[in-house]
Amino acid sequence: MRAPAATTVVGGEVLLSVQNISLAFGGVKALQDVSFDIRKGEVRAIIGPNGAGKTSMLNVINGFYQPQAGSITFKGVTRSHMRPYEAAHGGIARTFQNVALFRGMTALDNIMAGRTLKMRRGFFWQVLRLGPALQEEMEHRLRVEEIIDFLEIQAIRKVPVGRLPYGLQKRVELGRALAMEPDLLLLDEPMAGMNLEEKEDMSRFILDVNEHYGTTIALIEHDMGVVMDLSDRVVVLDHGAKIADATPDEVKRDQNVIDAYLGVAH
Amino acid sequence: MASQSEGPADTFPKLLVRNARVFGERAALRHKDLGIWQTWTWAQVLDVVRAYAVGLSRLGVKRGDTVAIVGGNRPKLYWSVMATQMLGAVPVPVYADAVAAELAHVLAHAEVRFAAVEDQEQVDKVWSVADRLPKLERLFYDEPRGLRGYDHSRLHPIDEVIATGRKALEDPAVGKWLDQEIAAGKGSDISIILYTSGTTGASKGVVLLAERCIAAAADTVAFDRLTAEDEVLAYLPLAWVGDHYLNYAQGLVAGFCMACPESTETAMQDLKEIGPTFYFAPPRVFEQMLTRVMIRMDDAGFIKRHLFHYFVGVARRYGESILNRQPTPWLGRLMYALGKVLVYDPLKNVLGLSRVRVAYTAGEAIGPDLFTFYRSLGLNLKQLYGQTEAFLYITAQPDGQIFADTVGPAVPNVEVRIADNGEVQFKSPGMFAGYFRDEAKSKEVMTGDGYVKTGDAGFFDAKTGHLKIIDRAKDVGRLNDGTLFPPKYIENKLKFYPNIREAVAFGDRRDFVAVMVNIDLTAVGSWAERNNVVYGSYQELAAHPLVYDMIERHIEEVNRSLAEDKVMAGAQIRRFLILHKELDADDGELTRTQKVRRGFIAERYAPLIKALYDGSREADIATEVTFEDGRKGIISARVKIRDVKTASTAPAMEKAA
Repeated sequence: MRAPAATTVVGGEVLLSVQNISLAFGGVKALQDVSFDIRKGEVRAIIGPNGAGKTSMLNVINGFYQPQAGSITFKGVTRSHMRPYEAAHGGIARTFQNVALFRGMTALDNIMAGRTLKMRRGFFWQVLRLGPALQEEMEHRLRVEEIIDFLEIQAIRKVPVGRLPYGLQKRVELGRALAMEPDLLLLDEPMAGMNLEEKEDMSRFILDVNEHYGTTIALIEHDMGVVMDLSDRVVVLDHGAKIADATPDEVKRDQNVIDAYLGVAH
Repeated sequence: MASQSEGPADTFPKLLVRNARVFGERAALRHKDLGIWQTWTWAQVLDVVRAYAVGLSRLGVKRGDTVAIVGGNRPKLYWSVMATQMLGAVPVPVYADAVAAELAHVLAHAEVRFAAVEDQEQVDKVWSVADRLPKLERLFYDEPRGLRGYDHSRLHPIDEVIATGRKALEDPAVGKWLDQEIAAGKGSDISIILYTSGTTGASKGVVLLAERCIAAAADTVAFDRLTAEDEVLAYLPLAWVGDHYLNYAQGLVAGFCMACPESTETAMQDLKEIGPTFYFAPPRVFEQMLTRVMIRMDDAGFIKRHLFHYFVGVARRYGESILNRQPTPWLGRLMYALGKVLVYDPLKNVLGLSRVRVAYTAGEAIGPDLFTFYRSLGLNLKQLYGQTEAFLYITAQPDGQIFADTVGPAVPNVEVRIADNGEVQFKSPGMFAGYFRDEAKSKEVMTGDGYVKTGDAGFFDAKTGHLKIIDRAKDVGRLNDGTLFPPKYIENKLKFYPNIREAVAFGDRRDFVAVMVNIDLTAVGSWAERNNVVYGSYQELAAHPLVYDMIERHIEEVNRSLAEDKVMAGAQIRRFLILHKELDADDGELTRTQKVRRGFIAERYAPLIKALYDGSREADIATEVTFEDGRKGIISARVKIRDVKTASTAPAMEKAA
């Protein structure tokens, strides 16, 4: 159940827009002339068949890939490409398709790692854990504990993530991204490989994040039901090109989208 | 705190006031929040609850109202119980996992005007059945998450209610009014209505009176010498009599500290951190704990594993007698002391049981092996027998008189008798006043002379004088010669052997007791492996003569233990067979909760039962089975039947069970 407040902010100012992005790896054209925007406070889905360029798009947004053409405007600043640290400092956090956590570390430490950018004291102070550094660590820990409470993972706080089932690892990863207090959260297939119950839990968390923290979310997802339920607007990519950009209901009826998913007779 | 109640503390709010005076700065309540244990002293709890009560009264809660409490073990829900009682209203806790229909039944039956609930889930659940609850006016909630967008005209955060009350209390007249409200509470007032879980028919509201609750709790607090120094972890359902009695009532009477876990899933970790001194868990929790330990030990290194198994062996041999202060050889004492340092204490620490002074289990029969395991580690684990209608305790084992198969003698001031039909009846200080709005049912369970029928059949053990519960009274049958025949009691005794997975006993209106046994494929299979017994299928293993020999030995042991009780001696097992297939819920032989459906089985296996009683050595049977993919097939088999030796009634000099 969505609070009405969350839907009204959609249509607000543009947080991020990509213009005419093209990206190629040698002869492989991963993205061709793609443009779309993400508005503040919305849940934006990026969908498309396998190899459509969805993950490449996310990688362009947070600076992993440098596009050959086009520009990115984030919070009013236009760049030809993003650098990862600019993205991180600017408030873009992400999760990965294949969970990328520190497997030997506890869930708590993994989420704490998400606070790295917010640490002000130097390495030396932190090693000593004295005075101001200790104070700062307590503040960070409080934020992290709030996230743990929010994601209902108190029971696994001290468990090394390598021992956790997949669904919970995904949740920890979301927690680490949230620890950055991002303005824009990129989720790369947050529900891949989950069972129905885990998907429902994750959907609820994504909506809660959007509502509670007001975080703008861009997510890649394959499960159409999930996309339709969660997102405000949907971008559809196919073979690196944008073929549709509309509300979930409109996208569902779009002939181009249907053709891209089901294939079309030539 | 200005409030001084006159006269004895005969209600829980008066006890709270007393505790704030006597134990003021001692910890009363803990809750782990954001990873850190928060503590409230008795004075602070009184302070919050007073504010809460005033806030509630501003929203219309008044004497005689019923207020539902729905959710887990959270401080604010316990405060809801206290604040409700403070106003002379009646709390009605409901199980947090109750489905909407059950919830609606209880809330409608109790005619609640208000409900204090935990979170969005419970709010949604209550609103979804609101059309069946015309009297329901307002909801109070603890956890605000997800509720921001909801219509708040009839929905209030508990924090806000407390804040309103606190503001109002700045006026001394309001404080005075509240003191009068507390003083106006009488011991004969309804303290709480606890709805039974409803395993047998619709749930009934058990009405408990304040002075009786306190009298009962005072008796057991004295019985187990509980003091303000003690500490408990409240992790069992808030709506269950066990939690309300053991933690809430005993806590207020003795003044000890109750800790609320961070969440339901963290209870085991919280247990370790809190280290309670008084602990209750149903047998299955102890079983899960042991299983977890065993699995971890199997993964442990060679030295650790051997150390563990060696010293657990030592504990099994000497632990029980040391705990019971019986003479023990000095070498045994020495080895036990060594094991205590190396294994038992560290193990108890890992389980969170290091500081436990008194631990109880109840609810179902506990396996003697399991029971002895914990006792031998030095854990003072005891059994009790009780029910909601008694406000829990009917019998309990006193320290030093512990037996795996009894539930102890009647606790002080409780009278227990066995009716002619074998049913246990009691009269106790805490006994209920009747079922809420159900005169007929109340009459049904009360005898003319003021005893309550428990519905359980039992008898007093001749040797120990302790009560033994054998079965539900309505399930107990009689053999043709009049001997009591409690099927579940016999089946449970058999099922305590790991090799026996399931057993079905027959004997009602027959000449003797006969059983059908299901072997446990894992246990018997691993035995077969170790003993070079070759088999191709479950059916083949079940029919193996050596397996028959093994089960026969088990049954002979059961017979010897049955023979120790005069009442049960006649119900020894004369004949048995091992079934060729596993009883299965898919075939309708078990319920989904894995209980045997005796009637159905009797019908389905009629040829086998006939053979059990007509003296044949074997019988043919063909049964339809449902495979996992839903296909059906026929299994036919020739099942052998064996006679078993019975033991003589004179108690053999066997080790007491």
